[in-house]
Amino acid sequence: MDQNLDYGKVNAILEAHGRRESDLIAIMQEIQAEYRYLPKELLSHVAEGLGVSVARIYSVATFYENFSLEPKGKFVIRVCDGTACHVRHSLPILERLRSELGLSEKKITTDDLTFTVQTVACLGACGLAPAMTVNDKVYPSMSPDKASALLKELKESL
Amino acid sequence: MLKNREELIRLREECRAAAETQKRKILVCTGTGCVSAGSLNIYDRLVELLKERGIPCEVELKKDPHDGSVRVTKGGCPGFCEIGPLLRVEPEGWLYTRVKVADVEEIIEKTIVHGELIERLAYHDAAGKVYAKKNDIPFYRKQQRVVLEHCGEIDSDSILEYLSVGGYTAFEKALFEMTPDQIVSEVSESGLRGRGGGGFPTGRKWSQVQRQAATPKYIVCNGDEGDPGAFMDRSVMEDDPHRMIEGMMIAGVACGASEGYIYVRAEYPVAVKKLNKAIETATALGLLGDNILGTDFSFHLRVNKGAGAFVCGEGSALTASIEGKRGMPRTKPPRTVEQGLFGKPTVLNNVETFANVPGIIEKGAGWFQSIGTETSTGTKAFALTGNIVNTGLIEVPMGTTLREVVFDIGGGMRDGAQFKAVQIGGPSGGCLTQEHLDMPLDFDSLKKIGAIIGSGGLVVMDDRTCMIEVARFFMKFTQSESCGKCVPCREGTKRMLEILERIVAGRGEDGDIEMLLELADTISTTALCGLGKTAASPVVSTIKNFREEYEAHIYEKRCPTHHCKALRSIYIDPALCKGCSKCARNCPVNAISGEVRKPFTIDQSKCIKCGACLEGCSFKAVKEA
Repeated sequence: MDQNLDYGKVNAILEAHGRRESDLIAIMQEIQAEYRYLPKELLSHVAEGLGVSVARIYSVATFYENFSLEPKGKFVIRVCDGTACHVRHSLPILERLRSELGLSEKKITTDDLTFTVQTVACLGACGLAPAMTVNDKVYPSMSPDKASALLKELKESL
Repeated sequence: MLKNREELIRLREECRAAAETQKRKILVCTGTGCVSAGSLNIYDRLVELLKERGIPCEVELKKDPHDGSVRVTKGGCPGFCEIGPLLRVEPEGWLYTRVKVADVEEIIEKTIVHGELIERLAYHDAAGKVYAKKNDIPFYRKQQRVVLEHCGEIDSDSILEYLSVGGYTAFEKALFEMTPDQIVSEVSESGLRGRGGGGFPTGRKWSQVQRQAATPKYIVCNGDEGDPGAFMDRSVMEDDPHRMIEGMMIAGVACGASEGYIYVRAEYPVAVKKLNKAIETATALGLLGDNILGTDFSFHLRVNKGAGAFVCGEGSALTASIEGKRGMPRTKPPRTVEQGLFGKPTVLNNVETFANVPGIIEKGAGWFQSIGTETSTGTKAFALTGNIVNTGLIEVPMGTTLREVVFDIGGGMRDGAQFKAVQIGGPSGGCLTQEHLDMPLDFDSLKKIGAIIGSGGLVVMDDRTCMIEVARFFMKFTQSESCGKCVPCREGTKRMLEILERIVAGRGEDGDIEMLLELADTISTTALCGLGKTAASPVVSTIKNFREEYEAHIYEKRCPTHHCKALRSIYIDPALCKGCSKCARNCPVNAISGEVRKPFTIDQSKCIKCGACLEGCSFKAVKEA
């Protein structure tokens, strides 16, 4: 057992959902909110707790975009690439962020676990295009330069 | 806790009277757009300064308010995000735009104390004409707000405010004055059709569920608004959640269901919060729960947060996801009305559909029919976005023409560009062009030309937009969202995407267009669910309307709009370059070099043609060939 993982917390989450299998997605969302990803050890624990197979847990964990089996950065930056943002040039913003952080489409999190850069299909903030979010805070009307300035600000806030 | 009908009526009257007493109202928009532009700071400052000056103010609707006090409310989004943060002044109906914290003092002094308009903050059109009142602004004048009538008008966190504008009157009527059959026939007669895309008659769906013998039955609201470029449902959920909940409760009475689920996509955290708050307050008042208002009708609601899968907008995938499984569609029949959530009869409608119901029950089917066209009654909310002057959320009667939407409400194209096309219905829809400008926007007219209203995203594109790139963009989206269950969608969309990627990369071949059309035909006839069936629509529609652009890419290796990176080359005009080095600093791959104050050059072997240098140049020295 991993010493850093709090099984008591997971048990509390399972209890709060009455160990209902149909609440699996909500349970994993709450675990992810705690750890910023889904640690493997905990998933087996969830399987046991709900009385289902580990495969059943993984089938859901790997299906949905929002679940991550890899640790994510402290700041999760999501650049919107929905239609409205796309036609107002969201890609140069993404490219700037990736080049400044040494990230790519494959490598999305910095080694020091500070930044994760991802795209999102649509934030529903189309009136503010191009938009991005940092840990769910929306930043409107972005440009590559504004993104650089924001990165600097975030680094300084550490 | 309201014990019976009389208590609800009394409370509503008290709320109405309290709202009447407080004539002076300041509504600060706290929609996503305005919040990110700093509207919460404006709100805080306003309350703080009013207190400092000893002007009585209330931040919530309360019974028997201090006469003459000012109410400062966090209103939802009036939809004109482009010019936020927005601030509304009542009773005059003025709209202040691009308000800053520094303006608050002046607003209190001039507007609140002396009742004067601050012209500087009012809306100015391109010609400089000032519009003081919100409803006089061209963006609003042509709209007819039914579903969005309260968005931006009330504090969505307050059930009392919803009651003060007549909230839960329709539910009360349905519960006490109508039989389930009467409710269903009222909805059927109104002609209301599903606002999520398909346009299936809502009344027919309800009556099918009503007829099922199996119990329990469920009412499910599809708030998985995944179409990129669409955010109508988000606004309803955030700004008028009770209206939608009321619609679901009426469906519950009609179909004999006592449990409801609202499935909201994870990208809408504010909507989830607001809905939970609305359910909590409605439960506390006794409008949700067991034996509502002393009757034997019980209704419980819960919110399920999605986890990022577009396909969950499809009915059977959505119910699978609520059950805690992979969100994959299944073959039909049995249909959702027969065996939906947990294998039981289920009413599944989208947010806007449910939000239309209270109006129909309260004002009658005839009222609803009087709006829109004969076969598409009522209004439709659209998210108007893209390269257009006024972006935002709009609502117009069904049958309004595209020209009215784009030019009268949207204010035409940005930066003097020419109108090229509108993508309607997102990744399942098609494009409308110049020739469709005078076509009415309704279910049937759009179907005739191979497009759909879909959930209501309207992305306006100008003459600088490459349509092949648009088709590729949507195909990439659909392909990555394909759940992989059926072969036509899983493999077919991948092959189509490969061809489109080749074309925009300058490696298109003779026969590509024909192959795309053949694949499109196969996928749309054989895919399992709606996502697959409509996946090829953007490609088919762009080929139909812009075939010559495809041909230019394939045969002449030329992108007519200079958009496709691989088909363009960027150079610096030495005669115009001042050697400021800005482009070199903007270049993500260090392809630009030179000596300061002398013309710079681009190393074509390093250049990734991203265009960062183009947009940044103050001297227009960076050019495209």
